[in-house]
Amino acid sequence: MLAYISKRILLIMPALLFVSIISFSMVYLAPGDPAEILLMSPEGSPSPEAIDAFRVRMGLDQPIYVQYLRWLDNVIHGDFGYSYMSERPVADAIMKSFKATLKLSFVSMIVSIVVSIPLGIMAAVKHNTIIDDLCRFGALIGVSIPNFWQAFLLILLFSVYLDWLPVAGYGDGGDLKHMILPAITLGTSSAAVTARLMRSSLLEALSQDYIITARAKGLPEKIVIGKHALKNALIPVVTILGLNLGFLLNGAVVTEWIFGWPGIGDLVVDSIYQRDYTVIQGSILFIAVIFVILNLIVDISYTYLNPRIRYEIVD
Amino acid sequence: MSRLEISNLRVLFPTDDGLVKATNDVDLGIEEGENLGLIGESGSGKTVLGMAILRLLPKDARVEGVVRFNGRDLLSLREEEMRRVRGREIVMILQNPTSALNPVLTVGSQIEEVLRLHKGVDKRSARKRVVELLKMVRIRDASKRVRDYPHQFSGGMKERAMIAMALASDPTLIIADEPTKGLDVTVKREILKLLKEVTERKSMLFITHDLASAAEICERIAVMYAGEILEVAKTEDLLDDPLHPYTEGFLNSLPSRGLKPIRGIGPSLIDLPHGCKFHPRCDHATEVCMREHPPMLQIEDGRQVRCFLHA
Repeated sequence: MLAYISKRILLIMPALLFVSIISFSMVYLAPGDPAEILLMSPEGSPSPEAIDAFRVRMGLDQPIYVQYLRWLDNVIHGDFGYSYMSERPVADAIMKSFKATLKLSFVSMIVSIVVSIPLGIMAAVKHNTIIDDLCRFGALIGVSIPNFWQAFLLILLFSVYLDWLPVAGYGDGGDLKHMILPAITLGTSSAAVTARLMRSSLLEALSQDYIITARAKGLPEKIVIGKHALKNALIPVVTILGLNLGFLLNGAVVTEWIFGWPGIGDLVVDSIYQRDYTVIQGSILFIAVIFVILNLIVDISYTYLNPRIRYEIVD
Repeated sequence: MSRLEISNLRVLFPTDDGLVKATNDVDLGIEEGENLGLIGESGSGKTVLGMAILRLLPKDARVEGVVRFNGRDLLSLREEEMRRVRGREIVMILQNPTSALNPVLTVGSQIEEVLRLHKGVDKRSARKRVVELLKMVRIRDASKRVRDYPHQFSGGMKERAMIAMALASDPTLIIADEPTKGLDVTVKREILKLLKEVTERKSMLFITHDLASAAEICERIAVMYAGEILEVAKTEDLLDDPLHPYTEGFLNSLPSRGLKPIRGIGPSLIDLPHGCKFHPRCDHATEVCMREHPPMLQIEDGRQVRCFLHA
């Protein structure tokens, strides 16, 4: 198992290198010069001398590959550089935003799981009944409603009419009261997909021969479904949950923006607007690392759920 | 005394194309300690019959008739009562052990489950018993293999594990559905030998399309065609002197007897032929066979045949 994990980590490296090259060069292809934007003042455009001076100071006068290698060397040593705008360390900005995103993702994930798994199981067990239809209808609505619209509806109901919850904001370090609406928005939309997968994957498992074997043993339906079918049906669901968590952790841009949640999505959008190259590059690489690590975790959890894969790895 | 007495068993499946008549008024009895072979080509309803006994058919199946087991009608039991019969008094060995074993649970735990459920033993002694059972069906290194997953077993070993699972609760009746399907000849022989050995004092309904296998371990054989029993006879009598033209055709289609196939194909179970269900393929068919449905005729010595030729 350890050999498998180290092999997987080794395979991750080229992927991350590729991401870093792309993220570094894409930024240079985008129009707009950070020096110009940053040095822009109410009196007018900055002078060419001021722009040149800024470029030299930030190392932007060097050829792009020199800039890249220098940046990569720093990143490997944990130094993501400084933001052009705030002149604070990029790593600090990322960590601060990531903390906010992590909190929100965690709560959203709980909402998502608590809603989707029981709903999917119920729909499969009560297959082709009114309960199944209702679950499927609910899931369809959940998939179809765009997050931004659902967010506004929730704000209208709970903040404007009922005045129970704040409209937006981070509150006192991201308290639960401020987290409820964005977490419901994010949780329900991913729950819809998960519930549908849970339903179809459980139905698939329930149609297998080993279910007949389990029933022929005289096992109660509770164990037939809860043990024999569910253990098989959860395998694809875990993948989707992992991917969902990946999307949440990488900042649900629109939702974070609507609710004024200072997460990683918010950070990336802001830094793109401001051509804050170092922040863009740092956060994209960070996002890639998070995604890759999550995928690895999903794969490892797979081996625990699915013995067929576990033994392929050992062999 | 009959262990199992099936009367007028009829299984119908409503489908979009019409009502599928999977079995039609089946009457069949299995004596105590007897191995009864149920042979027929695929689609003849033999698997459905086996599943109907244990009430394992999908909910939309309509099952009518009486299945009397140790004096009780299984079809009228409540679901919880039925559950105490399943896996405890009657067990089923499904065809294709690869899909019949749960891929994410160890072989040992799947056998252990039966012991815990029906024998009320604690975990420790259940584990010990599982190893004994695996040894009994001759799985080498049983104490180690008990922790293996099904995909680590060969086809023959999986079949042995299925047999061990069936024996775990010490049932009185085993329904074995094509237990030797897909196994190579030597493994097949071993499995048959094992089955014969372990059903010494048990009753077994042995469902197969392979007459040679049935002949090897069954005292009596019932021949099924298009959801109906056409002939029931002692194994020797059936092999030596088949009474029904279909049985004769079935025997002649065996490789050892010239590999002569029966002409035509089996009928659609939605639109069954009028009269005798075999008449469109029968060389001896007369006008009466097309018009009237032959009754089951009782020949001497408990022999039964459904054919006007013997009326």
